[in-house]
Amino acid sequence: MTSSYAWVGMNINKDLVAASATPLVLAILAEDESYGYSILKRVRELSGGDLEWTDGMLYPLLHRLLRLGYVTTEWRTPPEGRRRRYYAITDEGRAALAEQQRQWVTVTRALGGVWGDSGWLPATALGEA
Amino acid sequence: MDGVETQIAEWRAYVAKAPGVDGHDVDELDAHLRDQIAELDAAGLTGDEAFLVAVKRMGDLDTLSREFAREHSGRLWKQLVLSGEDDSARASSGWFQAFVFALAAAVAMQVARLAAHFPDEEPEWLFLNIGLLVLPFLAGYFAHRRQLDVRRWVLAAAPFALLALVVNLYPFDADSATEILVALYLPVVLWFAVAYPYMGGTLRSHERRMDFVRFTGEWVIYYALIALGGGVLLALTVLIFEPIGAGVDERLVEWALPSGAAGAVIVAAWLVESKQHVVENMAPVLTTLFTPLFAVMLTAAAAIYAVSGAAGEFDRELLGVFDALLVVVLGLVLYSISAREPARPAGPMDRVQLLAVASALVLDLLVLGAMVARIGDLGLTPNRVAALGLNLVLLVNLAGAAWLSVRFLTGRIAFHRLERWQTSYLPVFAIWAATVVVALPPLFAFD
Repeated sequence: MTSSYAWVGMNINKDLVAASATPLVLAILAEDESYGYSILKRVRELSGGDLEWTDGMLYPLLHRLLRLGYVTTEWRTPPEGRRRRYYAITDEGRAALAEQQRQWVTVTRALGGVWGDSGWLPATALGEA
Repeated sequence: MDGVETQIAEWRAYVAKAPGVDGHDVDELDAHLRDQIAELDAAGLTGDEAFLVAVKRMGDLDTLSREFAREHSGRLWKQLVLSGEDDSARASSGWFQAFVFALAAAVAMQVARLAAHFPDEEPEWLFLNIGLLVLPFLAGYFAHRRQLDVRRWVLAAAPFALLALVVNLYPFDADSATEILVALYLPVVLWFAVAYPYMGGTLRSHERRMDFVRFTGEWVIYYALIALGGGVLLALTVLIFEPIGAGVDERLVEWALPSGAAGAVIVAAWLVESKQHVVENMAPVLTTLFTPLFAVMLTAAAAIYAVSGAAGEFDRELLGVFDALLVVVLGLVLYSISAREPARPAGPMDRVQLLAVASALVLDLLVLGAMVARIGDLGLTPNRVAALGLNLVLLVNLAGAAWLSVRFLTGRIAFHRLERWQTSYLPVFAIWAATVVVALPPLFAFD
């Protein structure tokens, strides 16, 4: 991932942000299919407003996941509402998410091992969700 | 709300102009913008305020456009290759570089022709070196254009120097079959050598490899167009000068044709680089037009061959014909892959293409079976080894492509995998062509 995501709020390293964007979006889509605006709202919600990225940047990322076959997409107009492009996760996407999860958990555990006692990082911060 | 609608319409038009962003993207961003505005409206902002905040949150258009272009490199692949440079500045200075390299290629070709006393004499070395007279200038053009450093210049030049030494030092027999093979395969090897400077001194990137495939396809179209125009010009010139007599017309063709053909190689490359959008839609149109026609022809041929069982009566040269057929089918496959929007779901065109590939495979297997049996009787000659090897290389590629395409059509893999198969396979073609040029002559004692 080489994208330049601009984050507001907590000052998080750009590379870390870029690396976490894919699992975050995949995890949100694993909950339920969704469209861009709603995905972004969910990101804000999950991070308590600390993480917020330039809205437009979500779309090239979604298109990348689409090309890799991790998600499928469909234009749909709900009964009350405007025409939106919905994304749903595929089996390949779930497999990729599981792999990413494994890597993140490993990293978190390693960091937690070092920082754990000093209370720097709450054990559940990145969660096994 | 009217004021906001106007503002949104203006914003839409502005975004739509950004390179790399297409109509569907604008629709998607538009829906996003409206959602955002609606929410801000509900929070009590005025229409104007809501619009301004929503646009600001969307992010700056340059960065956004670059992200889209990075993801959808097929939409504007030239931007990726010319990264970081101002496009218009490039286009205006580009023609002079291209002209210098084209002129150099034309002069090199003319000097060689004069030295060989062509067409009064027809020395083998001239035909052997045709690729070496032109393609180094194309490689040089790209090395210059991509601003390669010294180390990469050397690496780009190395294959040309090595191959020039190899083919000119090989002691070919008179009327040698391997010499003709080398003359045929050397330009192919050199074309792959051009890929290195074309891709800016990298070979690993699959996206760049796909760019090179696109470039090759577009280059063929441009070259054919230039050749047509050049042919008309030459024919008219000859007719106009004919009354003057004294063989002026013949001299003119002798001088103009080789240099023109050599210079056109670089000019066509320059056109692909800088005026790429002119023919941008040619690739999809040509593939859509010819894939069904080839599918019909190939299916009919496969059915007839299978039913009539003529498999035993194949002529010795037929394998060459089938090699050419597989090359064309592969060209259609590559062209349609490079022109396809990867995210589009499988459509009827993908099925038609699979039918064409599958029929070509069946046909080829029939012929191949017959040929292998014949070679057992007739023995191996350089021509048969080269034709057989090429056939196998193409067969494996198309079989892989057909298999992946079945999996894609049944929804088990993403289109991306087909693309990756082709870009990963490209080195195999280069290696096979290099083998024919370098290894085959000594193996057959330069016969």
